[in-house]
Amino acid sequence: MLDALAAMLVHADFWSAVLRIATPLILGTLGVLLCERAGVLNLGIEGIMVAGAFTGWLAVHAGAGLWTGVLVAAATGALFGALHGVLTVPLALSQHVSGLGITMFASSVAYYAYRVSFPNVTTPPTIRPFVEMRWLELPVLSAQTPLTLLALALVPLVAWVLARTPAGLAVRMVGENPAAAEGQGLSVSAVRIGAIVAGSALMGVAGAFLTLSAFNAFFFNMVNGRGWICVALVVFAGWRPGKALAGALLFAFFDAMQLRLQQADAGGLPYQAWLMLPYLLSIVALVAVARRASYPQALMRPYRKGER
Amino acid sequence: MRLEARGAISPAMAIAAPFAAIAFTLAVAALFVAWAGAPVGRTYALIFEGGFGSRFAWSETLTRATPLILTGLAAAIAFRARLYNIGAEGQLYAGALAAVAVGGLHGGIGADLPPAWLFAALLGSAALAGALLMALPAIAKTRFGVDEVVTTLLLNFVVLLFVSMMLDGPMKDPAAMGWPQSVTLDDELLLGKLVDRTRVHSGLLIAMGLAVIAWAALRMTTFGFEVRAVGANPRAARFAGVPVTRTILLVGLASGAAAGLAGAIEVAGRTGYVTLDMSPGYGYTGIVIAMLAGLNPLGVIAAAVFVAGVLVGADSMSRAVAVPTYIADVIVAVALIAMLVATLSARYRLRLR
Repeated sequence: MLDALAAMLVHADFWSAVLRIATPLILGTLGVLLCERAGVLNLGIEGIMVAGAFTGWLAVHAGAGLWTGVLVAAATGALFGALHGVLTVPLALSQHVSGLGITMFASSVAYYAYRVSFPNVTTPPTIRPFVEMRWLELPVLSAQTPLTLLALALVPLVAWVLARTPAGLAVRMVGENPAAAEGQGLSVSAVRIGAIVAGSALMGVAGAFLTLSAFNAFFFNMVNGRGWICVALVVFAGWRPGKALAGALLFAFFDAMQLRLQQADAGGLPYQAWLMLPYLLSIVALVAVARRASYPQALMRPYRKGER
Repeated sequence: MRLEARGAISPAMAIAAPFAAIAFTLAVAALFVAWAGAPVGRTYALIFEGGFGSRFAWSETLTRATPLILTGLAAAIAFRARLYNIGAEGQLYAGALAAVAVGGLHGGIGADLPPAWLFAALLGSAALAGALLMALPAIAKTRFGVDEVVTTLLLNFVVLLFVSMMLDGPMKDPAAMGWPQSVTLDDELLLGKLVDRTRVHSGLLIAMGLAVIAWAALRMTTFGFEVRAVGANPRAARFAGVPVTRTILLVGLASGAAAGLAGAIEVAGRTGYVTLDMSPGYGYTGIVIAMLAGLNPLGVIAAAVFVAGVLVGADSMSRAVAVPTYIADVIVAVALIAMLVATLSARYRLRLR
């Protein structure tokens, strides 16, 4: 079994798979991170990914270009993000419940819309997805699609925006100390809603990766908990984009490994035991880092002007 | 834009809020129905008829409401203490598996027990399975500060895979011709029918009884007071001497047990065995029901019947007009959001400046 493992680890295909599996997680984790750095939990991610996967794919199916599809998915995410923002920021509703509501709403609307648009199909209609960037002629990267490159490029970009720009400072301030931000003349509501909209747009793109790159069609349950895993990864990453990338890659590494071992029937375990591994791993990671996690100070605390 | 607390909440507002939310929901859903190109009025009439329009419709609605009352209770109890148990779906399956393990696989343990005892053991083990499954996230929350929403959500996937593993392995029904289906409960362990020639079973009474008990426990016992205190303000509760950690753990156990019972009662009352699709998201729907009920255990009964009616009605409607059954999920999700906003606006006034 160790031989098989070693052989797997030196093979470029394995690392290509790791990067492919990591891509939606990177995008989704950055999205959650943006929302949470501004102080708002966004459990809408699971549904927003479904909606983004659907609308992005639908746009391409209707004849639009692939990048237009990505933009449509981002816009879809932004729209649901705006709804979550209004519910949780000015209306100060429970961020847990509102997020779950957004997940139910976004995914049921997507499934409904799919059935309305394609009432009688038995096999899901397909599109021509993004193609691998063979022209790059680099070992692992050339087996990826441009969306993976986009995800990788967004990590330093988000890190830079958060750490070095006035907008990033505003986001961090409303997430750590909204009263002080207000004192600086910032509108806490506007900054928070802005961050949620931007983060949710990324979640929409994360969903679109599934239909426009990983697969070429829209299936039911295709997101399958990836959104929740992103929420866990953000805690694991300590709300830092760089560590979020590392976390997503680590997670994808174990997921790719479990897929291979499952195919190789190593250890004689039922395949479900291998499939459980990613979810169990996320839980273990959460518990492991929880003690020293430095949450954004105002996370899940609604802000009302003049109230303490 | 800011919120301003209303001085006194008028009873009229409190009563009008849910109706306003339902009216808004129906209006939004009407847009979706119209988009599908179906006549809105006829579609709604069909949903209503299918859910509440006849003896048969009522029997189907009440059958569907039975597990929903229990998962609704699971959410309502936990949310009262601000323990966000989103794992009722997994706990339901854990309970169902435990029920079948006790009542179907009697490898030595059940063989010589009288059915009444065996049935009690079946319910007890299902409640225990659900409670233990919720104990993990509750402990992780109180000891390590891990957000329970994410852990309970992730556990749902783990449990479903575990069920699938059991249905392929030790609990597989050898007579099911390759369908992933568990062994069946003994006949004497199945719940009796409440009404002849329908599927309504006595599990409905168990569920309603538990709702009344939960309501009384929350309202009339010290523990109930502690739960409400923890939910209102954990810091103040701790300062006042409420054992916050213990309360959260106990609430978690009770919540998980309710969801576990939902699984056992679904098995004993409706199917007799476990399949991977025995719950079309009852655990998640329970959260909506709890919110619609304002986290009141008695309100959960009414909310569960309403939601069950919509689900059953949408099923029968989509056989007549070309509106996908997913309209029911849209209605339920919009109802959740509308209800949140409606209760808020009964308590606060929104000032645009």
